[in-house]
Amino acid sequence: MLQMKKLWRLPAIAIFAVLRLIKQNKWWLPAIAIFAVFPLIEKNPEYQTIAFYTLIFMAASTSWNMFSGYSGYVALGSGAFYGTGAYTMALASIHWHMAAGAAMFWLVPLGGLLATLIAIPIGWIALRVRRHTFVVITIAIFFVFQLFAINMSFTGGTAGLNLPFITWNNSYYDIPFYYIAFAIVLFAVVLSASVRRSRFGLQLLAIRDDEDRALGLGVKVSAVKLTGFAMSAFAIGMCGALYAMFQGQIYPQFVFDPLFDISIALMAFLGGFGTLLGPLLGALVLESMQQYLTVTYSSGSLYLILFGALFLIVILFMPQGVVVYLRDRWTKKEERERAAVIANEVAFAGDSA
Amino acid sequence: MNSTALIHALVDGVLIGSIYALMATGLTLIFGVMDIINVAQGALVILGAYLSYALSVHFHIDLFVGLLITVPTLFVVGIVIHWAFLGRLKGPEKTAMSILVTYAISLVIEGALNMIFSVNPVALTAWYVTKSFPIFGIYVPYINLFGFILAAVLLSALYFMLYRSRFGASVRASLADQTAAALVGINVNRVSTICFGIGVAVTAAGGMVYGTTTVFNASTSYDLISRLLVIIVLGGMGSLGGALVAGIAMVTVEDLVNVWSPTWATLSFFLLLVLVLSIRPQGLFGKQTSRVA
Repeated sequence: MLQMKKLWRLPAIAIFAVLRLIKQNKWWLPAIAIFAVFPLIEKNPEYQTIAFYTLIFMAASTSWNMFSGYSGYVALGSGAFYGTGAYTMALASIHWHMAAGAAMFWLVPLGGLLATLIAIPIGWIALRVRRHTFVVITIAIFFVFQLFAINMSFTGGTAGLNLPFITWNNSYYDIPFYYIAFAIVLFAVVLSASVRRSRFGLQLLAIRDDEDRALGLGVKVSAVKLTGFAMSAFAIGMCGALYAMFQGQIYPQFVFDPLFDISIALMAFLGGFGTLLGPLLGALVLESMQQYLTVTYSSGSLYLILFGALFLIVILFMPQGVVVYLRDRWTKKEERERAAVIANEVAFAGDSA
Repeated sequence: MNSTALIHALVDGVLIGSIYALMATGLTLIFGVMDIINVAQGALVILGAYLSYALSVHFHIDLFVGLLITVPTLFVVGIVIHWAFLGRLKGPEKTAMSILVTYAISLVIEGALNMIFSVNPVALTAWYVTKSFPIFGIYVPYINLFGFILAAVLLSALYFMLYRSRFGASVRASLADQTAAALVGINVNRVSTICFGIGVAVTAAGGMVYGTTTVFNASTSYDLISRLLVIIVLGGMGSLGGALVAGIAMVTVEDLVNVWSPTWATLSFFLLLVLVLSIRPQGLFGKQTSRVA
């Protein structure tokens, strides 16, 4: 009986343990555990699909942030890489007559590779100019890609393409996709974290702070920017390829979607531009919200309004994003406490003297 | 390919291009004075078009007369947006932030328009939209001519204001150097607010003409904003003359390519930008900036 009474404390203990890990900057431990077991606990395919899309956006936003967040060059045409990945998956699986099934997962890295290859000439053109013009050019190049997909014959035009039809049972269809997406998220996060700690990452940050000074100090800015830009395309391309395989059919308007470009950027900004946790958190909140609203109300318009309004509010009150805002609050509180302790000691010392 | 079609494309390109030039001038003015890229410009054009639509369908007000209501309305909308959001942006990431903030505003406008007017595309109609007049052996709809006149009148008014008034002098000073302008006693914040209002107000006129020539719904704004951005980048960001020339040139080129192959017309628009920028990264009339700042 006594045992039963104490059981309610377990969730409380678990929550405290998680909070402590987050405070020790080990937030990734509980996060990985929760994501790893999620589809085993939540059996409803509808929610599993939502989780899958959320993971896709977490990976894409993290990868976007790895270049744009660190270097300060906001790219709004990353949908071009997503679309390239999706079309790589579709065209390769169709033309190589692949059997529908798990073998197609091997095409996911290929999609990423092609996106990277495409990113090199795009970056070469777009990175010749400085920040604000860069944004506009990435948008323009994105539309070039969308129009190519609509106009070329090999892409199937507006009718889109049908991939080999995967006949897995509906009850577990989502699960393999979920874990592959999860693997892409882990890949993107590990890559982003190691870039952040490397000399290369410091060079990107130096470009963000003052590009001319970085150049003067011997950073090869053009090469560094181009490398970062191409690297960020890889995971986004993989996301696109996985999305195409999951959907089974693709249309140019949906894989080259301007809303994708802005979504991953807003997610990163909402969470914290240039931080590791920021884009993950932003994508987790925004994408799951969007999917939920779409499923529940089947209205994209409501989501657009909420999405825009939420972003505007966050920008006004926490211009550096939620993560940085909370972290500052946290450290300030600790500093205040420490200052109070020191003040006490000083006062005590003064008294005794 | 016959010569009539080419003349038609040329005339249409210049007439419609002037409307794009008007909308792009508002955008480039906002950028020049404030270092803000207003991505909501496309959605605001559509908002202007829907306002004209509501006035003409529900109150039977002529489209051009309706501008007397829609232009001041959007001027106020612009001032409110500037006051509520853009005026508060500061720091080195201001331009990047402005893009995301205005994009968010654009999403809110798009969602609201979808809910109010539904996603079914509409078009503005009046007698001058359907009737045409003959010139050089081709037929041109009256609206294209009227739109051209409207754009010409508004653009000249804008140029007179900028080059012949005291306020215009302070705007040009802010365009050249904001810090220096503030140092000689110009209220840069007031100039910015009014310029943003003007830049948004011209979209009401642009939106009205756009709505008569194109079937639109809220998501048409993506197509529009991408074109407008291409125009101001090609002209050189912050250059008013550049926006005018690039606006007319781009639309004319697109119309000419359209004669040869409609499929590739829109693409030529973007490819032209990529080509020009790989040779001249600052755009046609842009200043070469030496520092990022």
